[in-house]
Amino acid sequence: MTYKIEMKGITKRFGTLVANDAVNLEVKPGEIHALLGENGAGKSTLMSILFGLYTPDEGHIYIDGKEVEITNPNDANRLGIGMVHQHFKLVEVFTVLDNIFLGAEDHNRGFVTYEKSIEKLKHIIDTYKLRVDLNALIRDITVGQQQRVEILKMLYRDSEIMIFDEPTAVLTPQEITELMQIMRNFAKEGKTIILITHKLNEIKQVADRCTILRRGKMIGTVDVKNTTTDQMAEMMVGREVSFTVEKEDMPTGDTVFEVKNLSVEGRGRHAVNDVSFRVKAHEILGIAGIDGNGQTELVQAITGLTIPKAGEVLINGEDISKLSIRKKYEKGLSHIPEDRHKHGVVLDYDLQSNLVIQNYYQSSFQKHQFLKFDAITEHANELINQFDIRSERGAKTLVRSMSGGNQQKAILGREISRKHDIIIAVQPTRGLDVGAIEYIHKQLIKEREQGKAVLLVSLEIEEIMNLSDRILVMYEGEIVGEFDPKEVTINELGLYMSGAKRGESHGS
Amino acid sequence: MEVNQTSVFKKQVKNFYEIIKPSLISIGIGLLIGLIIMIIFDPIDAFPALFTLILGGFRGGVVGVGDMLEMAAPIMLAGLSVAFAFKTGLFNIGASGQMMMGTLASIYVGIMFSFPPFLHVTIALIVGVIAGAIWGFVPGILKATRNVNEVVTSIMMNYIALYIFTTVVIDFLSQGAGSNSTSRPVQNSAALPRLSWLFPGSTVNIGIFIAIGVIIIAHIIIHKTTLGFSLKASGFSFDGSKYAGMNTKANIITAMTISGLIAGLGGSILYLVQTKTIAHFHIFTEGFDGISVALLGLGEPIGALFAGLFLANIRMGGYFMQLYVYTPELVDMIVAVIIYSIAISMAIQMFIKHNREKIKAFIEKRKEAKSKKVGEDA
Repeated sequence: MTYKIEMKGITKRFGTLVANDAVNLEVKPGEIHALLGENGAGKSTLMSILFGLYTPDEGHIYIDGKEVEITNPNDANRLGIGMVHQHFKLVEVFTVLDNIFLGAEDHNRGFVTYEKSIEKLKHIIDTYKLRVDLNALIRDITVGQQQRVEILKMLYRDSEIMIFDEPTAVLTPQEITELMQIMRNFAKEGKTIILITHKLNEIKQVADRCTILRRGKMIGTVDVKNTTTDQMAEMMVGREVSFTVEKEDMPTGDTVFEVKNLSVEGRGRHAVNDVSFRVKAHEILGIAGIDGNGQTELVQAITGLTIPKAGEVLINGEDISKLSIRKKYEKGLSHIPEDRHKHGVVLDYDLQSNLVIQNYYQSSFQKHQFLKFDAITEHANELINQFDIRSERGAKTLVRSMSGGNQQKAILGREISRKHDIIIAVQPTRGLDVGAIEYIHKQLIKEREQGKAVLLVSLEIEEIMNLSDRILVMYEGEIVGEFDPKEVTINELGLYMSGAKRGESHGS
Repeated sequence: MEVNQTSVFKKQVKNFYEIIKPSLISIGIGLLIGLIIMIIFDPIDAFPALFTLILGGFRGGVVGVGDMLEMAAPIMLAGLSVAFAFKTGLFNIGASGQMMMGTLASIYVGIMFSFPPFLHVTIALIVGVIAGAIWGFVPGILKATRNVNEVVTSIMMNYIALYIFTTVVIDFLSQGAGSNSTSRPVQNSAALPRLSWLFPGSTVNIGIFIAIGVIIIAHIIIHKTTLGFSLKASGFSFDGSKYAGMNTKANIITAMTISGLIAGLGGSILYLVQTKTIAHFHIFTEGFDGISVALLGLGEPIGALFAGLFLANIRMGGYFMQLYVYTPELVDMIVAVIIYSIAISMAIQMFIKHNREKIKAFIEKRKEAKSKKVGEDA
């Protein structure tokens, strides 16, 4: 049989780095083919080659058995290849409709005509049940809907081959399920789908076959049905990995951290409404919820990035809600922020500067307002060793050039090494590979063992279930239930998260 | 060991060259286009005129160099002012107005008051600096507390400065008796001491040393101190520095105030000069030169020093070019081309960097095609 896509002996070098080393990929027509690998394994490079963003140094590409040359995305479009990038390529201030038509507008002597295109688009929307408000601006719709727009873009361009680059990284559990269904429908229609991911359960759920990459090399292609997730994980990482987090039972200590009647103003309504809870020493409190139910606002109000409308935040009994962010840190707050690039690091500073970004003014790093660069470098080297932060040029590496996992390790190391009593971790493993996730989970457990209070806010229910000692569910800015992870099921939590059920208990 | 050291040194030189390459390329392009224009006007004089342009102040010997340095000092400070704000992510387009206020405050003290010589000039400088700082502070505080774009406010501040300047010069500082459109010169006790012992015959004063001193201080502040660390962080990432607990609002105000202060000092140095008068309605183009200098100097204080010297030098060159048939306006044109080509050469460099492989592949393909063709022909 002829394969829909055949990539043979693809090699791509960036300077001395070999991103793809003689990689072969064979995708059958109408299948969902997963491309599995850790961050930096070369998945995105391989797909960028297929999509025409890079040209390979060696190797050939065949579509429907015919050799093709893809030198830019327009070539790819012509061959029916579409791609949903991990970071969407949408114009924020344009409407959904304009974004879909952009670059493929129907026109009459240079004037854009909509009628025919809209008809075609409506047909597509009806066929695949991809509902989205066509006249809304991109910046006003949810991330999940933005992804639909990207999918519609591909369909509108009659793509036969659809590449999804880490499509679930930004989605809520509900949306993930929907997306899986959409992908299955596409496959049924005869479209060929390539799914780039490092999440094994997704592959298990939706993919037919799976090709695994490790450090630029192709390890193998397996039938998903006949392979266990453990086997795939081992192929991906190159060693056995454990997904269960080992955690000893331990008695909790005194209340370290308390939020009292916190409310945050949102768009027209309360983003956070009268939320109260406590976190004790030796305890991980998990906050579960679907994205956009006030978790971000809650954390930002606690950490000082925004100003709450009412309420108190106490560390060891002292109200810190009115203090500056710097003072909050000095009182014992550590914060692993949700948005790594926006808040967590200054991308254009080097690693060592980022590792002292909150403490540079303290006497160990400055004397008479002059920075002690030697001390800063030494401090960085300590953290680099202790937290296994890998980078090209050590302490002097520009953070922008580091991988996401290592950026996160740097943030984690910085927050853990700073003197603190409570650590707030928001989505600490978002977008990271298995190795890094494992590492970060272990570190959070260690924090708990050392008597710190840990507040974990995550959209990944499994992460919450595995790590937490106690779970709160947030829905529409309120705490709607409190659970013991040993006694509750994911389904039960899901009901509370979607607002279908509501508990009596309001924190503790 | 020694070998190792020299190789490190070589590497540093190479890195330094890579950093200043865009500026050098753009200067080259600017001069080349200038040459072409000169050839169009008068081919015979073009090359000697270009030589004169490049020689600049040096064409005039000790006096020329002295005058060039006098011209450079305020431009360097204007450039430093823009560069300093830029390090915090702010675009201070109001250096002109800040210089104006610096000048006004300084010459007011220089004309209307009498103090002992050394004290007089010191006080005049200080009030000039304060006036400039205030003119930078206003856009800063508006940006920090009300999120008003500093570009808009600092342009408006330029106009406010212009009309205050005109009013004060006419009402208080004019020469009077039918000539109220020009100010009186400052008293000699308020003028900056000349460097006649160093550059005999030139009017250059100690302003150049003040400018260099301030540039060095600014360099140290930006690269060595906690304040600079915080300001740069705000410039790179506003949200990141806020998260880190830095006072981002204070950073904006501080950066704009310091920027205004530096520009104000530039204005003071520009007119605290013996026998120099100033028209009542006069826009300080030196302030806008500051933008060019900051760009050419790659946004670095030390860069502003050399860019300021360069700009002053070819301005002087333009002055000497009048010996030939060319007008000094040609210099402005060449400077404009240089600034444009800086922007362009950075873009070209980036383009080349990103597409190096594609370009290589393209060239190879052409070669292949050629050799094939040659083969077929044979």
